[in-house]
Amino acid sequence: MKVTAVVPAYNEAKTISQVVDGIKQVVDQVVVVDDGSKDDTGSLAKIAGATVFTHFLNRGQGAALQTGLEAAVRDQADIVVTFDADGQHDPGDIKAVIEPIIRDQADIVLGSRFLSDNNQIPISKTVILKIAAGITRFYTGLAVTDAHNGFRAFSKKAAQLINIEQDGMAHASEIIEQIKKHQLIIKEIPVTIQYTEYSQQKGQRITNSFKIIWDLILGRVK
Amino acid sequence: MVIQILIIFFIIFVLARIIRQFKMGEITNRELFIWFVFWAVVAMAVMVPKKTDDIARLLGVARGADMLVYLSILGLFFIVFKMIVKLERIDKNITKIIRKISLDEKEKNE
Repeated sequence: MKVTAVVPAYNEAKTISQVVDGIKQVVDQVVVVDDGSKDDTGSLAKIAGATVFTHFLNRGQGAALQTGLEAAVRDQADIVVTFDADGQHDPGDIKAVIEPIIRDQADIVLGSRFLSDNNQIPISKTVILKIAAGITRFYTGLAVTDAHNGFRAFSKKAAQLINIEQDGMAHASEIIEQIKKHQLIIKEIPVTIQYTEYSQQKGQRITNSFKIIWDLILGRVK
Repeated sequence: MVIQILIIFFIIFVLARIIRQFKMGEITNRELFIWFVFWAVVAMAVMVPKKTDDIARLLGVARGADMLVYLSILGLFFIVFKMIVKLERIDKNITKIIRKISLDEKEKNE
């Protein structure tokens, strides 16, 4: 079984080498989608051993993820794991996240920081993510604990079916919507999140939630 | 009134631009026709504002000027909506292009 990790990265030169180094130990291929970075993210990822795809303009995390999914499927991946480039995820969790797919118990696995006891999640994050989960639940009827976690695993079937059209951060909710639409079997697995000062800075701000909601509404107007 | 003269001059200016664009082939016959009718109606409303009062009363609005403001706002909202939808579509298409280029480039290098 070929396991491919997809890492969307935008200006992550500080962490990308270390992240690629960590994941390549546990997967067969690392695909980094350099989403129009202005720093050396792309070349550093290549040196670290990743297959790099380059968006020459910044299109957003959702767009980069979709490019990565398509690249992985094209390269005959059986399982695709998506992983954040800022070092907040632990490569050691990958094995547990892909396990349900190997055992054919799920089409898609979502990493959840709330199911793990090891996480020191800042209060502000907890509040905003819980509200997001509530909205997603209201929207899709699926009760997932941590929709906005970039750590996910897709079976080949799921990777082919899911087509992310939300270029920005609203893709997280869109994925849940599509899971519902395609009736994919979902499983949540606890993962640890490292809240470093760096990932905190790069992470989502509360004001961004409004943008996500606006994008979701716009997504409906077509 | 001064405002009437100003607006008429403005309309003449706009029509001149439209004709120029039409001659350069940037707008179609249909667009030319629609814009001409639109600005002709505006010109008439400006020259005989009393007449608009009659139409307004038919629609249940007291004054012609008020009716024009209401209609304009409705029209503008509609245009803004159309533009948002169109922008969204352009945005999605740009992403598709960027994605295709990035996937194709990689293929070439292999």
